[in-house]
Amino acid sequence: MLKYIIKRILQAVPLLLLITLICFTLINLAPYDAIDSITTPDMSKAEIEAKRETYGLNDPLIVQYGRWVVNILKGDFGYSLLSHTSIKYDLKIRIPATIKLVLPSYLTAYLLSIVLGLVAGSHKNKWPDKLIDGFCSVGISMPTFWFAMIVMYFFGYKFRLFPLMGMHTIGLEDSFADFMKHFIMPYVVLTVGFLPDLTRYVRGSTIGQLKEDYVIVQQAFGAKRTEILFKHVGKNVLIPLITKLGMALPMLVAGAVITETIFSWPGIGSYFVKAISAMDYPIVMSILVLSGTLVILGNLLSDVLYCLTDPRIKTMK
Amino acid sequence: MKKRNRRLENVVYEFKHNKQAIFAAIYLCVIICVSIFVVFVNIDPDAIDVVHKLEFPSGAHWFGTDDMGRDYFIRVLYGGRVSLLVGVLAMVTSITIGVTVGMMSGYFGGIVDNLLMRLVDVFSSIPWIIMVTVFGLLFKRGLFSIIIVIGLFSWMGIARLVRSEVLSAKEREYVQYARFIGRHPARVMTGHVLPSIFPTIITAATAEIASAIMMESALSFLGIGVAAPMSSWGSLLQGSQQYLQKAPYMAVLPGILIILTVYSFNKLGDVLRVFVEPKITAGEKNE
Repeated sequence: MLKYIIKRILQAVPLLLLITLICFTLINLAPYDAIDSITTPDMSKAEIEAKRETYGLNDPLIVQYGRWVVNILKGDFGYSLLSHTSIKYDLKIRIPATIKLVLPSYLTAYLLSIVLGLVAGSHKNKWPDKLIDGFCSVGISMPTFWFAMIVMYFFGYKFRLFPLMGMHTIGLEDSFADFMKHFIMPYVVLTVGFLPDLTRYVRGSTIGQLKEDYVIVQQAFGAKRTEILFKHVGKNVLIPLITKLGMALPMLVAGAVITETIFSWPGIGSYFVKAISAMDYPIVMSILVLSGTLVILGNLLSDVLYCLTDPRIKTMK
Repeated sequence: MKKRNRRLENVVYEFKHNKQAIFAAIYLCVIICVSIFVVFVNIDPDAIDVVHKLEFPSGAHWFGTDDMGRDYFIRVLYGGRVSLLVGVLAMVTSITIGVTVGMMSGYFGGIVDNLLMRLVDVFSSIPWIIMVTVFGLLFKRGLFSIIIVIGLFSWMGIARLVRSEVLSAKEREYVQYARFIGRHPARVMTGHVLPSIFPTIITAATAEIASAIMMESALSFLGIGVAAPMSSWGSLLQGSQQYLQKAPYMAVLPGILIILTVYSFNKLGDVLRVFVEPKITAGEKNE
């Protein structure tokens, strides 16, 4: 097992390097000059040149890339071009904020989808299925930000139940009640965003599982419908769903870009969008590397989980 | 020949007995016609009228006016032109790349297959929203660049799908015969393999339009998509965010149109899937 994991990680390294190389090249090809964000219009040409030199922007691309990779490996993500703060420090604050939002939402959606999917799949083409599946089709077609705006309008402006922005009221950083007030709207929006896809997935595999022989055997033995569904079918539906859990790991970075932006949640997503619009490329690159790493780790995790939960698969050896 | 008819019958059956599918087809026809012919309506979507700004829906302005007094209803219809255009052209881009890569990969196999599939892995390993925004920096903002960027990052699924279809199409006798008598690979691919996987491509294409429209609206909403003075449903929604409290009606119409359009394209894809995968869906109606 350990050998397999190590092998997989080693295979992933070139992929990750390739991703960073592509992104690095792309950013350097972009019709913007990184120096513009450091300098002010009243600086003289010599001053700008000096700045270029100190930031190492005159070196050949490959040298810049090499230096950057080595620094990342040392845990140094560099500095923001715009605010000159350490990216590592920023990430340390922003990653927990995103996790606080994404993890509960995803888990809620995950658990809800199992129940809804099993119910829909077992009542195929009857009214519970039509209701749940209809909700899913609409949910998939609905842009998250539109739903967020509707929620904001009703609960933020009209009924004034919840604050519209941020994670804490200034001065109340330690209050849990205050956090919950800020948390509830983005949480609901994100949960609704995750839900339709997962539910459809569960529904599909439930329908597939119900055609299997073991279900007929259980029926022949006179097992109850609910018992078959939750005890036997449920178990088999869970296996592919566990792989989904691993695949969801990168969501911790990119899962809430839009939701975070609209609610001004101080997480990775809004950090990324701000960096993109300011062309703050060290930040963009760090987030790229981060999500690339998470994708690879997530795939690995899902493979390992799959093998652990399904004894029929023995590809590990 | 008989099998083919049966498949078509399935699709027709599905259409007749699925109210949502009928609705989707009618809605799409209407929205496409409206988008094409809206230019003949004698209202200028850019006519500024500051006196009547942010007015609630009324007889004169069916969906009110925006922050510069422009008629919102007509602006939304013009926005639909952009959204649909981006959807269709991005679909064409991604289908072109996806089918090319998938065909080459499946047809040649071996090292070509390996290389191309690794490429697919690289492209699909970063969340699309991050990839697209980074790539978007490379181009000047505009309609063309959005289409290219969306197309460039949504072909991976199609490539995988086409590859697996080609792998099985390659084994058919007529394809093997064509290869045996020394037809040029390009001609075998376009003349023999492509027609047999065409239904799959059409099905994927419908779903692709839906996802391209979604991507475009998300990008425009984040402010990195369609730029003023052009507007799409996504950028209209972005604009309405500012006036959410004063003019909530501005958020309603573009959002509903996005939902209906994406929903309809998805539904259409589902119906067409009956043609491609008769085994999976044929059983459904009997139960």
